[in-house]
Amino acid sequence: MLNPDAKLNPKLFDTDVEQFPIRKGFGEGLLAAGEADSRVVGLCADLTESTQMHLFKNKFPERFVEIGVAEQNLATVASGMAAMGKIPFITSYAMFSPGRNWEQIRTTICYNDRPVKIAGSHAGVSVGPDGGTHQAIEDIAIMRVIPRMNVIVPCDTVEAKKATIAAAKTNSPTYIRLAREKTPVITTEFTPFKIGKAQTLWRMKQGTRHTIGIVATGALVHKALQAALHLESEGIGVEVVNVATIKPLDEESFIALAHKTGRILTIEEHQMAGGMGSAIAEVLARNFPVPMEFVAVADQFGQSGQPNELLRHYGLDLPDIITKAKKLIGRAN
Amino acid sequence: MSSYLTDKKIKELEGKANDIRQSIIETLLEAGSGHTAGPLGMADIFTALYFHILRHTPRNPLWEGRDRVILSNGHICPVLYAAMAHAGYFPVEELKTLRKFKSRLQGHPHREWLPGIETSSGPLGSGLSQAAGMALADRMDYGRSTSRFFYCLMSDGELDAGNTWEAALFAGKERLHNLIAIIDRNNIQIDGFTEDVMPLEPLHAKWESFGWHVIEIDGHSFHSIDDAIAQTKAVFEKPSVIIAHTIPGKGVKEWERDYKWHGIPPNKEQAKMALKELRTLGGRVKSEHE
Repeated sequence: MLNPDAKLNPKLFDTDVEQFPIRKGFGEGLLAAGEADSRVVGLCADLTESTQMHLFKNKFPERFVEIGVAEQNLATVASGMAAMGKIPFITSYAMFSPGRNWEQIRTTICYNDRPVKIAGSHAGVSVGPDGGTHQAIEDIAIMRVIPRMNVIVPCDTVEAKKATIAAAKTNSPTYIRLAREKTPVITTEFTPFKIGKAQTLWRMKQGTRHTIGIVATGALVHKALQAALHLESEGIGVEVVNVATIKPLDEESFIALAHKTGRILTIEEHQMAGGMGSAIAEVLARNFPVPMEFVAVADQFGQSGQPNELLRHYGLDLPDIITKAKKLIGRAN
Repeated sequence: MSSYLTDKKIKELEGKANDIRQSIIETLLEAGSGHTAGPLGMADIFTALYFHILRHTPRNPLWEGRDRVILSNGHICPVLYAAMAHAGYFPVEELKTLRKFKSRLQGHPHREWLPGIETSSGPLGSGLSQAAGMALADRMDYGRSTSRFFYCLMSDGELDAGNTWEAALFAGKERLHNLIAIIDRNNIQIDGFTEDVMPLEPLHAKWESFGWHVIEIDGHSFHSIDDAIAQTKAVFEKPSVIIAHTIPGKGVKEWERDYKWHGIPPNKEQAKMALKELRTLGGRVKSEHE
């Protein structure tokens, strides 16, 4: 059953559930952060409306900086502004920032310890028709390996707004991963959010013969909950955890989840290598190894298509989650 | 051209530059690795900055009102460290720890390890945009009359990098009058002469076309350095770039203009010869150390 403490959207399983792009919440969150703190500045690389920074720009034109199509400059100018006490948010598509400007982010933001917030929009294959060049599915990996970098992947527009407001208040370099497509609204304004804290969205029924822990992040969290509903109807005990913060990872809660369920399935719209699932595996391998499976892209590039076609093609859709969950339950060890 | 520098001040700066060159050579000999040509070539400009131009307080390196020095080509840090030590940021003795384990003087500068370093640098081409970001933030806070200056020291080799020109476009667009770039135009980089590796000329026209006020100077003349900086401060609608023509390895005749000295330190014999040359001002005076 849905965890009542998470105070989720009661309509989340309805066919007419509200749907909004996750990036929308970022735009609203940045506006709110800008209203709360005059040190917040916004820098964009020629994608102001697409990344939803236009809300901030319209309200605070004097605190908005247009960089043009120059992502290396985007990161480094922001680093310089942070050196003078600003709290810069930089936006582009994830493929270009942090895709193109990785070294600048590493050296001038993280190594320099400057609290620049990087919002990478249009992450994942669900970007759709634009094709593989624009579908960032390596960004979690390249961000989480940099010391000091926090990595946040909101599951819906409401969580994205909270994450953005929270990120503005930390002194850490932070990567916020955003999706382009409309995504069902799972959380509400009453759902607790804290950077570094994982959250149980679905609680396991007591007394089931088989149990599984599902850990999901980003736009696929909704599918994870749908999978839980289905698996429970087949008598399988499921616990679903939303990992909005991939770094710093809420290690204790995943060790506890492994103890409780004995096996873990991770779900993300990202390469299997180096992504959220890898991060969970690193923690469990050291502390409490259990059998794991990964719903993730298997070392491939994206391509053009409708989001749902692509999720199906790359094995990220609801039937894939259910199949992998059952495969994992059937595994001897 | 007139300069505000008195002959006495020039003498003093020349003495400091000589001390700094000696320190660079001693430091590199002790470190056993590092870059020689660039630091020696830039010794006069760093001397002018740290002993004449900058508004700074070496004993309070984080003073909010200070001018900022952003070293983009981090590999010439021996000259930055030597200038800072002689200016009183830290004991000259500490220069001997360069590139050693746990030293504050990292092989490429790290701002967290040594107060007074504004940005960590090493990967080329990223200093100018950081300096531009600082200058822009300063203007946001204090308006266009701000008189705090942001000095970005760059190499000519790093003008190969796209990030540099992204920054040049940006600073031109934003008309950052408080940004002063100084290019070490010594014509060498690791693989050879800059015009063979990747031609940069016409450099003056390139910067001008990006919206910058451009000044070319002899980077070893304190009069020229001082005049150029004074001129940049009188330009209110543009960022300024000083193309400083320098001689790599300047101060040690045998090393001058030789790109092979770009990325290697002197050995004991070479250092001894070089130090003698500097201490005797090229044989004009007797060294006290002999």
